[in-house]
Amino acid sequence: MAIERFSYDNKIVKYFAIATAIWGVVGMLVGLLIASQLFIPALNFDLPYTTFGRLRPLHTNAVIFAFVGNGIFMGVYYSLQRLLKARMFSDALSWIHFWGWQLIIVSAAVTLPLGLTTSKEYAELEWPIDIAIALIWVVFGVNMIGTIIKRRERHMYVAIWFYIATFITVAVLHIVNSFELPVSLFKSYSVYAGVQDALVQWWYGHNAVAFFLTTPYLGLMYYFLPKAANRPVYSYRLSIIHFWALIFIYIWAGPHHLLYTALPSWAQSLGVVFSIMLIAPSWGGMLNGLLTLRGAWDKVRIDPVLKFMVVAVTAYGMATFEGPMLSLKNVNAIGHFTDWIVAHVHVGGLGWNGFLTFGVLYWLIPRMWGTSLFSRKLANIHFWVGTLGILFYALPMYWAGFTQSLMWKEFTAEGFLKYPNFLETVTQLKPLYAMRAFGGLLYLSGVLIMIYNLFKTAKQGVFVANEEAEAPALEARSHSGEHWHRWLERRPVIFTGLSLVAILIGGMIEIIPTYLIKSNIPTISSVKPYTPLELQGRDIYIREGCVGCHSQMIRPFRSETERFGEYSKAGEFVYDHPFLWGSKRTGPDLAREGKKYPDSWHYYHMMSPPLMSPGSLMPAYPWLLEDKLDTSTTKAKIAGMQTLGVPYEEGFADIANINLTAQADSIAAGLNKEGIEVMADKEIIALIAYLQRLGTDIKVKDIQQPESTNK
Amino acid sequence: MYKEILRSVDNIGIFPTISFTIFFLFFLGLLIYVLTANKAHVAHMSTMPLEDDETLTNTPSKHQQ
Repeated sequence: MAIERFSYDNKIVKYFAIATAIWGVVGMLVGLLIASQLFIPALNFDLPYTTFGRLRPLHTNAVIFAFVGNGIFMGVYYSLQRLLKARMFSDALSWIHFWGWQLIIVSAAVTLPLGLTTSKEYAELEWPIDIAIALIWVVFGVNMIGTIIKRRERHMYVAIWFYIATFITVAVLHIVNSFELPVSLFKSYSVYAGVQDALVQWWYGHNAVAFFLTTPYLGLMYYFLPKAANRPVYSYRLSIIHFWALIFIYIWAGPHHLLYTALPSWAQSLGVVFSIMLIAPSWGGMLNGLLTLRGAWDKVRIDPVLKFMVVAVTAYGMATFEGPMLSLKNVNAIGHFTDWIVAHVHVGGLGWNGFLTFGVLYWLIPRMWGTSLFSRKLANIHFWVGTLGILFYALPMYWAGFTQSLMWKEFTAEGFLKYPNFLETVTQLKPLYAMRAFGGLLYLSGVLIMIYNLFKTAKQGVFVANEEAEAPALEARSHSGEHWHRWLERRPVIFTGLSLVAILIGGMIEIIPTYLIKSNIPTISSVKPYTPLELQGRDIYIREGCVGCHSQMIRPFRSETERFGEYSKAGEFVYDHPFLWGSKRTGPDLAREGKKYPDSWHYYHMMSPPLMSPGSLMPAYPWLLEDKLDTSTTKAKIAGMQTLGVPYEEGFADIANINLTAQADSIAAGLNKEGIEVMADKEIIALIAYLQRLGTDIKVKDIQQPESTNK
Repeated sequence: MYKEILRSVDNIGIFPTISFTIFFLFFLGLLIYVLTANKAHVAHMSTMPLEDDETLTNTPSKHQQ
């Protein structure tokens, strides 16, 4: 058997590691800023680029795709080469992947503060960047599959299956959710509308968590945890079941983000059932990780790498128990739209992804620099500061979630809402928001300590860019009578195909029926397309990220219909490209905001929210009062909507601006009459037009009573 | 209401049964495979992350400690 000599590419791993650390700090800093804005609104700086609405997607994108994304690639490029006993397929592809990914991150960091966004959560980036993501993702996939094909190890270890499933599923999710119609270089409309858009978005959104934050990290766990503990995984058999059950079940669970909304109830029930089933594979994986340490717990006491990994796997277990619980409709009725969800995702993000990344970094850097860790003491300090940070983050958020939900739902003995003013339920949370920001500060401090420690570690060692290795070449062997799964483990392409089939079935069964019902959806004859001015106003609403704090989805609970009005119906959203239901209520629901207040109220409120609502946490939007509305886009936007099936009359695109000016003039005239000096061509006019339209198509007159106190 | 459209597909009723059968058999097969898998093979697979150290030519160690 010929022994072949080759080398592992460590340089690419090093670069991804550095990118992980840098983007981690950036993403967490933005997180700290927006967390602080919630109790010190002045930190919005009255600038468009620094308001909460625009920075919140920057935070989520930075920590998910930049911090965790680079962390995935770091771990995959290191472990894949070693598990397959082969250098990466192509150094050129590795570097295209690295620099392409960084470029995408930079373009996100520029476009999101500029307000260029689709508003779909975790998929906010506009269409040119979406295309770049797809291309770079394929480069990653080709490089990975190429490496698998030229491997020197016959069988694929379970970590590699997780990497393959990640690649294939994220590609499918990203492409399907990004179907959008460009109307200009940086503006597009989702081809889906209303209920369908919501279902596709949360099919994507949930599986972005599943296949970007979970499966690749499980792959890393199955490789790095045994390595750090220096013992094989507890049960390889369990890992096989874990893998297939997880990828098959995960893909169905998305609708649990839409419980009690206008989504058809069969889809909601499907989401609930599969979410509950998810406990089994998730906990199978968690126990497999923790039990790997059986008999090695003495090591956990002294080795910071293992400490981080134990907390990471424990956090995974907690988050994957909590997730299915939150998917129960009765629990979801309490938790949804509140800070409970924020706590939930941060247990996963800070605990599972963050701590596993730190564990891998503490293990990798000394390895690749041929030295030992600079200071174990500093690593231990990082561990405790980070753990305290998670606690200080999560506990106040749980408290805030319960508090707000209870306040929303409390009625007096006479049957009125106890807290009819929504703002009361928000200002109550201010101290908790401050504590949460402190938790974030602790966590970030820990990361800075780590970076110093790893920098000093690298300083005292010598980096080995190409690590020499040798292994026998793979030779042909006859396999008569062997088992089908072993046969499968040797065939990456067929394996990839099967994974694809497993995830596509779930996706198709959920999504296709909602397409079919499009023509049959209970249409509401009074629901009409937006006027050109309202459409422009809606795009301002999207640009400013209003959806980050305001839902447009009144659930069928008495506490919500009393507070906001008639509950939302599927037929009301048929012209909403994209849907704007939202997932968090830091401010009140706006589904029936139209005509609740006079135009002048909205004018002053956007100028400075505390003028109308003393104590409000909302940022001010003074530029909307100054900036001229760009009407050059109106024609393309209306034409785009027509392409998507919105029934504007033939030729309406050409005269849309005439219609727009007329409506703007009448709103401005009304404001002038109330003594407000404003020109009809300002952005604020379009936004007011949109806000005053919201929910009025089917507004029932007699449900307005208690809201008069809601000032 | 989506049933109306799905109903127009011939023999639609058998689709869920077929998909359930496929997945049930797949997981049943998986379970049988996992429970009966060759011990030596499982041992080989599970030690894969630990093996690669042996093939390494040692990295510089003068900086240790």
